[in-house]
Amino acid sequence: MPLPMFQPEPEPAGAPCCGSPPGPPASPDERPGYRLCGFVERFLQTPEGMVPQVKTRFRLSDWLGVARARLGIRRDRYRVAPGLYAAGTAGAESPVLVTANYKLSFDALRKELAGVDAWILVLDTRGVNVWCAAGKKTFGTDELIRRVNGVGLARIVSHRELILPQLGASGVAGRLVRQACGFTVVWGPIRARDVRRFLASGKQALPEMRELSFSFGERLVLIPVELSLLITPSLWIVFAIIALAALGPQFSWGQLLQRTVAMSMAYVAGIVSGAVAVPAFLPWLPWRSFYLKGGLTGLIGGLAVALGRGAMDRTGLAMVLVGMAVSSYAAMNFTGATPYASPSGVEKEMRRGIPLQLASLAAAVVLWVGGRFWA
Amino acid sequence: MKEFRYLPGVTTLALQEALCVGCGACAEVCPHQVFAIRETKAAIIDLDGCMECGACALNCPVAAITVSPGVGCASYIIQTWIKGKGAVIECC
Repeated sequence: MPLPMFQPEPEPAGAPCCGSPPGPPASPDERPGYRLCGFVERFLQTPEGMVPQVKTRFRLSDWLGVARARLGIRRDRYRVAPGLYAAGTAGAESPVLVTANYKLSFDALRKELAGVDAWILVLDTRGVNVWCAAGKKTFGTDELIRRVNGVGLARIVSHRELILPQLGASGVAGRLVRQACGFTVVWGPIRARDVRRFLASGKQALPEMRELSFSFGERLVLIPVELSLLITPSLWIVFAIIALAALGPQFSWGQLLQRTVAMSMAYVAGIVSGAVAVPAFLPWLPWRSFYLKGGLTGLIGGLAVALGRGAMDRTGLAMVLVGMAVSSYAAMNFTGATPYASPSGVEKEMRRGIPLQLASLAAAVVLWVGGRFWA
Repeated sequence: MKEFRYLPGVTTLALQEALCVGCGACAEVCPHQVFAIRETKAAIIDLDGCMECGACALNCPVAAITVSPGVGCASYIIQTWIKGKGAVIECC
């Protein structure tokens, strides 16, 4: 059902004006109860009703959205409505590109489509990117079939082909999609920036379009989210540090503050070593296990803050042990953000790493707290 | 991705060559180039490159590939240890 279109009222001429002049009239695309998305240029008429045509250029709010999502601020709510969108003047012959409703994924595709006529079919992946959603099966066979039928794609395009990002393959069984809705799944490139070349070359993916990368830049953008996930547990850890700092034969506020600051610095050094240094220097750190890479950077970070205090006493040694344990654990957690760590491998290194991390922490507590009693 | 290698000898990936029809779907969807089509059958050419994403097994038309897919994330695995393998895991 096409929505009725209204012609805006002509501006009344010569009417008296007070204050600042009025803004522009309402867009004909505005509807009561809906809000127009800033990335929508206008609406295209299709046999299945109006379909929003997207802008392919980023606006300031899109960049701010990228920054917010990368900092982990309300990242789970950074999403677009699932359904069908158009790029350019998409028509019956235009290719259909499928993506996730995480706005970062949607935008990555949208900004590559300048001058391209294509349909964008957005699946409801609960605001999660293509690969993670494929692992959770929300970027999945059932959702794809439901969405293709739901938007009436067979009546909008004359061909029967869907182009999916290759990393969606762990959630979508191509042959089941064809059986259920008659559309053939074509595996497109991994990265949206290769989509234009892929379409231009007759939907042939070059080998490099099928190969993952994990460059310095690709690793750095992940660090803020890793850190944002640590904020809540870190508050609890600081409480624990304060509680442990208060123990001892004599109590003084000065000592409590001094001890809390020292051990909190060791903790922060561990976080920086494991969640910043390990991702940044990943290929240059020795060993394949992340808990070992983190242990090494934590040793360096822990030594730096311990030696910064002056003498290497029992507290200093405890600080190094805390730095190593925290960094080793934080680095091990980074496996989930890499595109090459297998779950079997992660489980194997966790069985080795976690006992060592716990032992290191226990030794640190004994040295740090126990030392006050037997000194 | 050749500059990043993870732990060797751990993957659960297995290919039953007798079942393979050589369609090439596995080689196409694998993001780590673990498979190659040799004559009329798929072959595993880089077993330790596998990250167990499960794309190959899901897209194999004759179920010749098995892999135990999962999330390679420490906090997820800790939850499976605590709650058991079949439990509903919040997220990681």
